[in-house]
Amino acid sequence: MNSSDLSRLWNDARIRRIAIQVILVALVVFCFWWLISNTSQNLDKLNKSIGFDFLSQNAGFQIAPTLGTWLFSYEVGQSTYWDVYLIGIINTLLVAVLGIIAATVIGFLVGIMRLSNNIIFRSFATVYIELLRNIPLLLQLFFWYFTVLRSLPDKRGKVDLIPGAVSVNLEGLFLPFPIWHSGAGFAGIILLIAAISALYMRAKSRSKQLMTGHPLAIWRITAGIFAAACLMIVVSVGIPMEWSQPTFIETGPILKQGFDKATAIMIIPEMLAVWFALTLYTAAFIAENVRSGILAVSKGQTEAANALGLSTGQTLRLIVIPQAMRVIVPPLTSQYLNLTKNSSLAVAIAYPELVSIFAGTAMNQVGKEIEMFFMMMVVYLTFSLLTSAFMNWFNHRSKLVER
Amino acid sequence: MKTDHSTAYVRQEDAPLLPPPRNETGIIGWFNQNILSLINDFSGIGAAIRSVLMAVGTLAILYYSAHILWALIDFAIIEAVWSDPDELKRVVCTTEIAGGIQHNGWHGACWPLATAKMKFLIYGAYPAEELWRVNITGLVLIIGLVCLMFDRMPYRMHIGISMLTIFPVFAYIMLVGLGDWIGLPYVDTRDWGGVLVTLVVALTGIIASLPLGVVLALGRQSNMPAVRYLCTGFIEFWRGIPLITVLFMASVALPLFLPTGVTIDNLLRALIGVTLFASAYMAEVIRGGLQAIDKGQYEAADALGLGYWKSMRLIILPQALTYVIPGIVNTFIGLFKDTTLVAIIGLFDLLGAAQAAINDAGWSSPVQAITLYLLVATFYFICCFVMSRYSMRLERKLDRSNR
Repeated sequence: MNSSDLSRLWNDARIRRIAIQVILVALVVFCFWWLISNTSQNLDKLNKSIGFDFLSQNAGFQIAPTLGTWLFSYEVGQSTYWDVYLIGIINTLLVAVLGIIAATVIGFLVGIMRLSNNIIFRSFATVYIELLRNIPLLLQLFFWYFTVLRSLPDKRGKVDLIPGAVSVNLEGLFLPFPIWHSGAGFAGIILLIAAISALYMRAKSRSKQLMTGHPLAIWRITAGIFAAACLMIVVSVGIPMEWSQPTFIETGPILKQGFDKATAIMIIPEMLAVWFALTLYTAAFIAENVRSGILAVSKGQTEAANALGLSTGQTLRLIVIPQAMRVIVPPLTSQYLNLTKNSSLAVAIAYPELVSIFAGTAMNQVGKEIEMFFMMMVVYLTFSLLTSAFMNWFNHRSKLVER
Repeated sequence: MKTDHSTAYVRQEDAPLLPPPRNETGIIGWFNQNILSLINDFSGIGAAIRSVLMAVGTLAILYYSAHILWALIDFAIIEAVWSDPDELKRVVCTTEIAGGIQHNGWHGACWPLATAKMKFLIYGAYPAEELWRVNITGLVLIIGLVCLMFDRMPYRMHIGISMLTIFPVFAYIMLVGLGDWIGLPYVDTRDWGGVLVTLVVALTGIIASLPLGVVLALGRQSNMPAVRYLCTGFIEFWRGIPLITVLFMASVALPLFLPTGVTIDNLLRALIGVTLFASAYMAEVIRGGLQAIDKGQYEAADALGLGYWKSMRLIILPQALTYVIPGIVNTFIGLFKDTTLVAIIGLFDLLGAAQAAINDAGWSSPVQAITLYLLVATFYFICCFVMSRYSMRLERKLDRSNR
């Protein structure tokens, strides 16, 4: 083979394509091999091995009381590193879900306010968005944790948010929890039946509206159904639930003063700080998405709705929001994903979420960097895959609606 | 025939323009349109309830905004301590009850603390006699950026390219040093800190990720499946995991991946992590630009007989990159805010330096944290806000020229 043969081969688009791809794949494989061989040499030198045996070892460190530790009844020296992993995931999800709910509500509110005719609403929304978007999240987190929450009274004092029920101090936020009595199951079933029949009436009202143009008086019917259900429960079993009374001990030995932890749910301040920071920060971004989504609905739609005699509320609910949603939802889901990923910043104030307890404390104890990073990546990549799967599904669905 | 104008019943001149209704002009009109329009509709029960809610909301927002604004002014200006002539340090910013000189109940900013720490917040522990090197580098950066912002600047293109290529080398030589023989002794990156590190991390991330992003974006658009899948996989991997895990991985696991004996310092590790992370986002931004280019451009390049690289270099990329400059600026803003995360892996960026200054016992007082947070937040806000306005202006300009 001489050089002109070679150049002819190289000029053949098909062969060149295959050659480029083979070379690239070979390069990538080589890089991976190089990294892996380096890693195994380094691990040999450190007398470490690859393996997931450590997951069944007992974890020897304390984790602050959170939903995760409660669900898996975490105990130092009894629970394993696998438990720690799951607790981390649960706590990440907990703060992510709470953050998503709150950020959505605030974000929509601020986004709509940004478009209000009322200049006070409008300027408030503008200042909120610009301020929170342009300050790093970590700084906001520090602000909430190190200045706002640190200025609360210590465990022997409290600030009542709802006197007798919800209070907060340096130890955390104390909430009452529900205590179920016998008959609670029965009440649950009744309420479930009520909810199903209300949904059924709703569907029926819809189909009646489609057929005749007149809906049923759906709100009255729903209210009636639930009133009847409540009456039935009260008559047959009484009220099968009560709230615990958070007890605040002010006398006695000084170490025992403060809230009695058995009488209330305690939410640690780290969790509150992460929740506030994530919510307020993400809400600013959501507000911008909402605003651009609403602006994307052409003005003719609103005018047509007015011409048909729909009220402002109906126009918003039936015409503008369904169309705006198509523009809002894709960036909204990516904001949700961002919020979930940003919850990892909690490591800076030691809220026990995945990065903090697994890549932080646990990694320092067992030193299995590779395996632990791998397990952590799996969690975040799963979140991101689920998000993009949802986005594809939604885009597909809203495309069909468009026709 | 003589026309008798005096009996004409057809009007001969325009009717005088009536002034607009009183309640639509002037201060009253403005007030009506911007505030009252939502809260003076009492035409029905629903409308009345809405109006009352709006009025309450308006008043609440006004009240709380004024409250917060006043608290801020009070804290940062009126109550603030401005100077510490006697070098009292913490004493000047604490109340009498805590051993200071301020009256009890005092709560104001402690600006002497900020002044005392200013050098640390900007340069970290960079040796004092070498600070001129940082200053010159900063000056060159500022002059370069200002030149780039003017459209009419001669040789703008050349300046831009040299900012991307020559400036990093220059900055490296100036900041790291070449050795005593040339008068630029080495400065260990462990001594770097403050705004210096923030800018180094953010600028390196954005400049280094630009070529990588271009390659990845082209690869993702490629018609060769192996290239496309590899690039897509790479991009989605980095976009799927939080930056903080990337930084942890870079600081803990990266040394394991390298050949034994090779060590790299902490800052470089962070830079590698940030660059890889940013390149995935950059690739997505550039892909947007590639997709926005008219198909005719690709076809015209093909018709001219240009090969792939030539058509990309001469036709597609110049247009695509111009189109995505606002997107690149937005990515930079995000990266700029995200550099605060390097504080978590122990680098002293601006926030890290502030955190270190807050822990200085010599200045310990209750207002220490909030003073410095206020300062850092102002810095980030001004930088990010200006950049985002600039990118919006650019976006509008590009939009017009495309039409």
